[in-house]
Amino acid sequence: MPTTTTEEPPEAPVAKDPLAPNPHRVSGGMLDPKQLVTSFPDALRKLDPRVMIRNPVMFVVEVGAVLTTLSAIKSPSVFAWVITVWLWLTTVFANLSEAVAEGRGKAQAETLRRTKTDTVARRLADGWRPGAEGLVEEEIPATQLRLGDCVVVEAGQIIPGDGDVVEGVASVDESAITGESAPVIRESGGDRSAVTGGTKVLSDRIVVKITSKPGETFIDRMIALVEGAARQKTPNEIALNILLASLTIVFLVAVVTLQPFAIFAGAEQTIVILVALVVALIPTTIGALLSAIGIAGMDRLVQRNVLAMSGRAVEAAGDVNTLLLDKTGTITLGNRQASEFLPVRGVDIEQLADAAQLSSLADETPEGRSIVVLAKERYALRGRSEGELAHAEFVPFTAQTRMSGVDLNGEERRALRKGAATAVMRWVRDHGGHPTDEVGPIVDGISGSGGTPLVVGEVSWQNGTAEARILGVIHLKDVVKHGMRERFDELRRMGIKTVMITGDNPLTARAIAEEAGVDDFLAEATPEDKMALIKREQAGGKLVAMTGDGTNDAPALAQADVGVAMNTGTSAAKEAGNMVDLDSNPTKLIEIVEIGKQLLITRGALTTFSIANDVAKYFAIIPAMFASVYPGLQHLNIMGLHSPTSAISSAIIFNALIIVALIPLALRGVRYRPSSASSLLSRNIWIYGLGGLILPFIGIKVIDLLIQFIPGLR
Amino acid sequence: MNNTLAGWLQVIALVGALALSYRPLGDYLAHILTSPRHWRVERLVYRAGGVDGDADQPWPAYLRSVLAFFLVSLLFLYGFLRLQNHLLLSLGMKAVKPDLAFNTAASFVTNTNWQNYSGESTMGHLVQMAGLAVQNFVSAAVGIGVVAALIRGFTRKKTDRVGNFWVDLTRVVLRVLLPVSFVFALVLVAGGVIENFHGIQSITTIAGEHQSLTGGPVASQEAIKELGTNGGGFYNANSSHPFENPNPFTNWLEIYLLLVIGFALPRTFGKMVGDNRQGYAIVAVMALIWASSVAIVTANELHSVSSSAGHLAGGMMEGKEQRFGIWASALFAVSTTLTSCGAVNSFHDSYTPGGGGMTIFNMMLGEIAPGGTGSGLYGILILAVVAVFVAGLMVGRTPEYLGKKLRGQEMKYASLYILTTPAIVLVGAGLAMALPGERAAMLNHGPHGFSEVLYAFTSAANNNGSAFAGLSANTVWYNTALGLAMILGRFLPMVFVLALAGSLASQQPVPVTAGTLPTHRPQFVGLLTGVILIVVGLTYFPALALGPLAEGLH
Repeated sequence: MPTTTTEEPPEAPVAKDPLAPNPHRVSGGMLDPKQLVTSFPDALRKLDPRVMIRNPVMFVVEVGAVLTTLSAIKSPSVFAWVITVWLWLTTVFANLSEAVAEGRGKAQAETLRRTKTDTVARRLADGWRPGAEGLVEEEIPATQLRLGDCVVVEAGQIIPGDGDVVEGVASVDESAITGESAPVIRESGGDRSAVTGGTKVLSDRIVVKITSKPGETFIDRMIALVEGAARQKTPNEIALNILLASLTIVFLVAVVTLQPFAIFAGAEQTIVILVALVVALIPTTIGALLSAIGIAGMDRLVQRNVLAMSGRAVEAAGDVNTLLLDKTGTITLGNRQASEFLPVRGVDIEQLADAAQLSSLADETPEGRSIVVLAKERYALRGRSEGELAHAEFVPFTAQTRMSGVDLNGEERRALRKGAATAVMRWVRDHGGHPTDEVGPIVDGISGSGGTPLVVGEVSWQNGTAEARILGVIHLKDVVKHGMRERFDELRRMGIKTVMITGDNPLTARAIAEEAGVDDFLAEATPEDKMALIKREQAGGKLVAMTGDGTNDAPALAQADVGVAMNTGTSAAKEAGNMVDLDSNPTKLIEIVEIGKQLLITRGALTTFSIANDVAKYFAIIPAMFASVYPGLQHLNIMGLHSPTSAISSAIIFNALIIVALIPLALRGVRYRPSSASSLLSRNIWIYGLGGLILPFIGIKVIDLLIQFIPGLR
Repeated sequence: MNNTLAGWLQVIALVGALALSYRPLGDYLAHILTSPRHWRVERLVYRAGGVDGDADQPWPAYLRSVLAFFLVSLLFLYGFLRLQNHLLLSLGMKAVKPDLAFNTAASFVTNTNWQNYSGESTMGHLVQMAGLAVQNFVSAAVGIGVVAALIRGFTRKKTDRVGNFWVDLTRVVLRVLLPVSFVFALVLVAGGVIENFHGIQSITTIAGEHQSLTGGPVASQEAIKELGTNGGGFYNANSSHPFENPNPFTNWLEIYLLLVIGFALPRTFGKMVGDNRQGYAIVAVMALIWASSVAIVTANELHSVSSSAGHLAGGMMEGKEQRFGIWASALFAVSTTLTSCGAVNSFHDSYTPGGGGMTIFNMMLGEIAPGGTGSGLYGILILAVVAVFVAGLMVGRTPEYLGKKLRGQEMKYASLYILTTPAIVLVGAGLAMALPGERAAMLNHGPHGFSEVLYAFTSAANNNGSAFAGLSANTVWYNTALGLAMILGRFLPMVFVLALAGSLASQQPVPVTAGTLPTHRPQFVGLLTGVILIVVGLTYFPALALGPLAEGLH
């Protein structure tokens, strides 16, 4: 039986400004040097060859390190040991990057685990039927709950599993998952019925029907996701891995076949030098950082309170061609607001504002409140409380009358109404008034511009005769969120088409679409329309992203390539989508797209950097290997490196250090600014291509200047 | 007219002639590769072969046809060479030894035309015409067929069909190679190339010496030798022989012929994918590489001469024909090594280290500027796929080329392609250098000797066929190893190209948006050129360092 609460009714979560810092989460992407130290043991554990083999590039490095170790033991020299140590460091650094990326997820998983305490579930032994009373409860551990079980949860208790509220309404503290401390309302029926296991009921009593199997609850999945346990390689990662593996093989062949050439030239090379050459050439930089980049990409979403169910979804987000955005809450502020008072001839604007305000005092809808606010702000009409007006009788809005207003029975008797144009005009006529001709065009003008007209009428009784007239029209309009037009322009530059989804009529929809600057709109949209639109776009080879919360969104969410379900939504919607936004902020879809792109760009940029690095390494190593037999090759030593051994050592040390140096970049992602493909490419080629070409020349030279003083490397 | 001016005029005339043929030839090729209509004579061919000319093949069937055709051709040609003493017009030549017959058959079937023999002292007329020349036509057509299948992979959607090999083969031979060769054979004859059925004739020279001269149907073979980027000469001296290439005009014409299809195919590509700008971008990369290479080799041959004799001759004249001079020789050398032609009018072995090294590097690039008939275009398109992949990631999308996504599957085939040829070259050269007996085949020591071996395997695996000379490669080991290198270097890449074509054809194309990486702008031309140079440069740098670089840097 529901009990009433004495607490203030908590607000449903409102869309937050995505740019506002979230105090409950660590800030996105920065690397804390301490993490390097704490992740070190993990990095060592990953040296296990069975783990390493999953990363072919680094596996080759590890095998090389083993070979040089054996060689160094057999015929020790300072040079052999320097190379050996740095090759092992190279593998450890690669593992370290992955361990650091995973470590950040682990911390989050810990927090989540703490919420998964041993909850006791109060299961209804015989199930639940609508309206049934006096059902038998039994207490069982939450882990034994099965799909379809119904449990009772009361204030102060933890919800034992994911499910839908089937009875009652309650305020729930979901901070364990969202990090948001303000409680949210969960109630049976409708789109706010989903509850998550591990969250806490603060008030009232609800009956929850369990919708997840044990071990597969939302929290379980979240833990697995942030820990990276469920991480599978994404399609682009696989493709890149193939390219890297083939480059590795090419370089292996190039170096292995070099030995007979070298013997012919009379310059047989040692195992240590050949291994060093292989490691310097194969794309170790990207090979080492590849998995960290992927983990960090998922992590960046988690920082923004978005859970991606797979890395595939994050990548797909980068590829999205079409964004379906719900008008309300995404493009416009949640509700329509009064923007203007338009009096008819012979009526002062103040008079109209006053009447509009009076008739809206009892109107608790956001539209009604916005009228009071406009009157106050624009015409300095103080808001009056209901009790302040003597003899006032407020008439609330009903769906039948489609009007609200007030009857003033004081010294002067008059009645005010505001509401839908037809309703108010009929009311005026019923009282013997004649709406002037100018009302019609004003009303049509507002409708045509996408706004909603509310007509204000007045009946005043003087000397027993009633005089009814229209005072004017209130212009209610959708307020497009600040900065949306710029964002859509950005998206257009990125090649992404935006489609606004709204239940409004086409006229209104067009006006808002134009004001917001979206490319297209779907008016009077039904779930079927949405689905059809998605399929149509996909048939043209496009990838579609959308947000949704209701159960009727579920098919479309499942069909879309990127379906972001709002955490406030139903569990059906959350099941169907491949991402969940814990903040339930639909605007975040745009950020998700950017994170997807940033992930791919980071991979591409570091691949370019890694390959470009090889040029300098050749100039260091080849003369060192062969200048003794072909002195002319000393011309290639353009860095003027001290000695053959110092040159090779410098190249290997640079190769290892660059991995550590780039860990922060891999975790943070390269800077992404929305722009066209051409300009993005130019920028990244200049920075990572040219940078990758030049930087190692400087780096290797500097290292050489330092290590030439080591006695064994002269 | 001095040499420099003449040289410039030749280059300019060549570029102009190629530019003029770009559109008509490219469009014509696109037409015959897409037209649904058959000629009557083609229908006869299909009926004779039991082929349904209207049925397109899935990629595995296309590949099986290519391989079946290859095997039959190989066996036929091998038999021909082994049995030539029993045939007509044999001029009394003996049967060709088994290893040499294998090498030669492999060589002509793979469009390589590496020749470990002297044509005039080994082959009779019938073998030259019905064996070797036939392969000159069909092996060139096979390459065009395979690239057509790849282009169809880009243009078609959601299908497993990439075209019909037998139709492509027949049409290219009948509608392009035969008529064009015929016309240019006549022009060559008019230019002084011989065409007769004379056997060996003994003449007395002015000095009173006796000399044996072999006549034969040279001009007819010469035209297709260049047009089909085959390169197998009637005579051992190839295009430096006065009967094959008597004067600067025929020399210029031969260079034009060996480049013309390669440079026109990008137009075919652009036309077929419905965006000519894509073709311009590819041809721009080819032209850029070709022009740079011409400049480097010419400059080296003119100026990097250390001997005083060289200075007197105005450049490195050793191994070059006096009637062509440095400019025309360098132009020929670059064009023949950047295509899979391999005909030579001078001896690359005698080039300066810089010039000779460049000819090796040209082949190492994979012969893509403009490359062999068909093979050049599919080679550069595969590299474009790799370039688009890396660049596409950098613009934040799953990389796509011409609306087709480059996913794991596509990258697998592209990666295998770029892996194959270097592996064959390096493993082959590595084995040769590791075996003491084979090292003895080198006529030179030190880095130059190594360059000769490297050149041989580079030439074989890339199906070029030109030889550095200086390597006695007519041994059982070299005949076998180089023969295998030619076969693997020809057909393994074709497997991957056709697999890629099938994979692309099955895709639904992605629409082009502002977020799509444009592949027709100068930016992409620069990017692709950079990727080609860096990927190839990195692969072969150590080997080049021990060969031409060690020789050239003092």
